[in-house]
Amino acid sequence: MLTPPPNPLPIHREGESSEHALIETRDLVKAYGLLPVLRKINVQIQRGEFVALLGPNGSGKSTLLRQLAGLSKPTAGQILVGGWSLPDEADAVRAQIGLVSHKPLLYENLTARENLRFFAKLYGLAGDEREQRIDSLLKQVGLYKRGFDLVRTYSRGMLQRLSIARALLHEPDVLLFDEPYTGLDQDAATVLDDLLITAHESGRTIVMATHQLERARRLASRVVILSRGGVVYDDVMEHIARAQLAAIYSDATSMAAAR
Amino acid sequence: MKTSFLTVVVAIVAKDLRAELRSRELISAMVLFALLSILIFSFALELNRIAREEAVTGVLWVTVSFASILGLSRSLAMERDQGNLDAMLMAPVARQAVFFGKLVGNFIFALVVGLLLLPLMTVLYNKILVVPWLLLILILGTLGYTTVGTLLATMTVQTRSRETLLPILILPVALPVLLPAVRASTGILSGVPRAEWIDWPQILIVINVIYIVLSYLLFEYVIED
Ligand SMILES: Nc1ncnc2c1ncn2[C@@H]1O[C@H](COP(=O)(O)OP(=O)(O)O)[C@@H](O)[C@H]1O
Ligand SMILES: [Mg+2]
Repeated sequence: MLTPPPNPLPIHREGESSEHALIETRDLVKAYGLLPVLRKINVQIQRGEFVALLGPNGSGKSTLLRQLAGLSKPTAGQILVGGWSLPDEADAVRAQIGLVSHKPLLYENLTARENLRFFAKLYGLAGDEREQRIDSLLKQVGLYKRGFDLVRTYSRGMLQRLSIARALLHEPDVLLFDEPYTGLDQDAATVLDDLLITAHESGRTIVMATHQLERARRLASRVVILSRGGVVYDDVMEHIARAQLAAIYSDATSMAAAR
Repeated sequence: MKTSFLTVVVAIVAKDLRAELRSRELISAMVLFALLSILIFSFALELNRIAREEAVTGVLWVTVSFASILGLSRSLAMERDQGNLDAMLMAPVARQAVFFGKLVGNFIFALVVGLLLLPLMTVLYNKILVVPWLLLILILGTLGYTTVGTLLATMTVQTRSRETLLPILILPVALPVLLPAVRASTGILSGVPRAEWIDWPQILIVINVIYIVLSYLLFEYVIED
């Protein structure tokens, strides 16, 4: 449905070619009042990457994800997704992005189907196309049989799966996850692992904020560590030896804390 | 490409009505409060029949406005607490369509309470309230009030002290709606010639238009941080 803008802005930064970056932030700053929460973030994410966004509580992970989702305006700097820029072309950016948070983003007094149908309407889906999409998503996340049950009767794991179905309604290229493992038991976490792997294998680009280093190491293709609103580490997973991630994480975050 | 304004408004209203029909969370709290309110005022004014008849419009509007606060804060809390507002705003929808969607739902709930009060108070207060003109004022008054209320509830629902902040803010801000609504209602029920109170409904319409336009312009800033 969306074609790239006629004249994508040329992107060149210090010899690093980023013409193919799907997501790019340039000197992104977000401040609440006088308090800077993100300080000049520069990241480039290629199509198909699975980025684990790590960092202590309050380091700015959720704020960065909300920026990428176009839910909050940057104080300074730029965000580009698929060549479209925020906040001016927010609708085009949002069309490519699905967000799954640790909050369910669902209505508990509606059934799973009613929830999906409501959000599908907001995406302009209608008729048979909408119903077929809903059927297929419910099957994908293993909730087809529970589709007519009220969401308030769902377990935490089921909520999270329905939340993923909701985020996939408009078939976005990019999926943002904000601590999706919060409150999940072992089984539910394993199911979520599988959904993440499937989404990644189907070509989606994923950015996931998490505290689970071992999961990040297993699932992600790249690690970005935030501390106090700045990127303190950024490398692909192949460069990180087994069992090294924990050491990198504690070094990176403690160095930033000492500054 | 944005989803059409009307589609979004209708989807939100339908969703709110469906959820409410199922749980009756909002309406039951609002109606219970409204019943208690008119009963308590009725007891308080028991001894003086004339005072009771004269106070009737005041009681009506105090009751409708406080009952509406209950509905307004629940209705927006439902969007905020589970993050649903974010999920709506992620879709290619006009921000104002989200506002009008929430407004229409809130307006319907407030109006239902008001419509229930008219016959009940007719019995309790010994004064016929089910008259066409008063119905019109009720519609205009609750529309203006819930317009202000939907905007303010969206603002305050993000704060920690939202339960106290909404009532404190809404009453002064909604005064330009409540005042002409009370004046018009009193005029209608007092049986004086229409010429003596017909200005008030007109003022009420103008204020409604101003508030709806202002909310339309401001809503975007209220929801984005
Ligand atoms: N709406 C807001 N207003 C003011 N400060 C905020 C707001 N949202 C987040 N913050 C602050 O920004 C910092 C980063 O928060 P957040 O992005 O949630 O961190 P993380 O998700 O990494 O735990 C915190 O210090 C938090 O208090
Ligand atoms: Mg967070």
